[in-house]
Amino acid sequence: MNTLKRNILLIPGLAWIFIFLILPCILIISLSFFERGIYGGIVYNFNFENYSRVVEFTYLKILLNSSKIAFLSGFFAVLFGYPAAYFIYKAPAKYQIALLFLVILPFWSNYLIRTYAWMVLLNNQGLINTILINLNIIKEPLNILYTEFSVIIGLIYNYLPFVILSIYSSISKLDQNLIEASKDLGGSSIKTFFLVTLPLTLPGVAAGFIFVFVLSIGNFITPDLLGGGKFLMIGNLIYDQFLSARDWPFGASLSFVLIFIMLFLLFLQAIFVRKIS
Amino acid sequence: MKFNKLYLLLLFCFLYMPIVVLISLSFNKSGLPTVWGGFSFEWYVKLFQNEKIFKALTNTLIVATVSTLIASTIGTLLAVGIELKKVRNNIIEGTVFIPMIIPDIVMAISLLSFFTLIQFTLGLHSIIISHVVFNIAFVCAVVRTRFNHFDHSIIEASYDLGAKNIVTFIKITLPIIFPGVLAGSLLAFTLSVDEFIIAFFTAGAGSSSTTLPMLIYSMIRFGVTPEINALSTFIILFSFIILFTSLRLNKESVIS
Repeated sequence: MNTLKRNILLIPGLAWIFIFLILPCILIISLSFFERGIYGGIVYNFNFENYSRVVEFTYLKILLNSSKIAFLSGFFAVLFGYPAAYFIYKAPAKYQIALLFLVILPFWSNYLIRTYAWMVLLNNQGLINTILINLNIIKEPLNILYTEFSVIIGLIYNYLPFVILSIYSSISKLDQNLIEASKDLGGSSIKTFFLVTLPLTLPGVAAGFIFVFVLSIGNFITPDLLGGGKFLMIGNLIYDQFLSARDWPFGASLSFVLIFIMLFLLFLQAIFVRKIS
Repeated sequence: MKFNKLYLLLLFCFLYMPIVVLISLSFNKSGLPTVWGGFSFEWYVKLFQNEKIFKALTNTLIVATVSTLIASTIGTLLAVGIELKKVRNNIIEGTVFIPMIIPDIVMAISLLSFFTLIQFTLGLHSIIISHVVFNIAFVCAVVRTRFNHFDHSIIEASYDLGAKNIVTFIKITLPIIFPGVLAGSLLAFTLSVDEFIIAFFTAGAGSSSTTLPMLIYSMIRFGVTPEINALSTFIILFSFIILFTSLRLNKESVIS
């Protein structure tokens, strides 16, 4: 097939993505340089006002808080996900696919429903508090729901399967000869793990971490439902600018900041992976 | 070795506890999460009598079916186009990657602003257009995995034997990648059935184009009714059935 005909195959898809994603994103970026009218419309007056508002204390705090929540979610997802991936890899070969399948299965159910299930579990009268009280471990119910803690649990729960898959694929690509070599040279299992296995699987760890961070920092549903509608994260703030405050230009500038953070992280990851390999 | 097993056991408890709790609560007569009032199908009966849910379900199925049909056609062409190129083109691959990584909320507000600017009336059709955007990317990604073991020489053999482009595509390429197309379509369908934020922003005012996730969100956000447990159970089972089907069709692409 000649080049021209091959390119015809690409046109519908690329055009659709260009018109309904790239163009709207360019629109949002340009909107962010205008200002909000008195009644919520857009006044086409070019300035950087919105970006100076982003770094105001109130908003900067939300931005930093989102980064903190996203960082902690990524960190703990990797911390809990790594041993899981490692133990799955160590399991007999015939069980490995089944175990991986069981890991991703919950992920296929609806995101809202999975988040709602955690509301039921973490509620003051919820299952976890009821069990803890009945076991006489605590007297008063713990206020877990509607805190940053519950948001982090929700994010870890939703993205853990990805992290496990990403680390598992890194471990399974590992050259077994290196591990044998380390053991032949007298390295203990623990030493071999920390000096050989772990450093060589860092690309998988980095991919998993960045993945959770990126999906968490732009998340809306989890902070909204498990955080109780407070402005815990930047996603809630953007939502509010578009639906309640009706300040589209400011919401647009927040979105742009969010996209920028994401691209920066993906860029860092690409450099990191290149450096390691 | 015992520690390994214990750790994995705890992991699966963590992953499955919320789902098991929801499913068991859907049979709880009392409707409360903490009091077991006995086994009953009451909430399932109520669910089937709820007309709002049926309307939302119909909307969701329309959106998911139409957007899947469009996206699987366009996405497959895109995948074939990319894979048949001899040199990699980073700009094209990057463009196709964007819909998968952009935060939903950013995509949602961008589309809302765009539709408002061009004065496009919002409704089910605008949700469909928006869902096609990310579905194209996912269909394309799944179909491309079918090319991993693709022997390009059979295409050349087909040309040598005098077959034209379209004949070669229909008789050779398509049958080989077809399991990938089906698996990609099922993935697109599930993603579209589950998608909430983009639908929420591009549905427009009024309840006529409310989809199921939008209804679930408002049920969760503004007063929980026990019917939601029954509804959740249905949706969970439905998603799992789709996943099993998809896995059977295309073993490698879902796991890897």
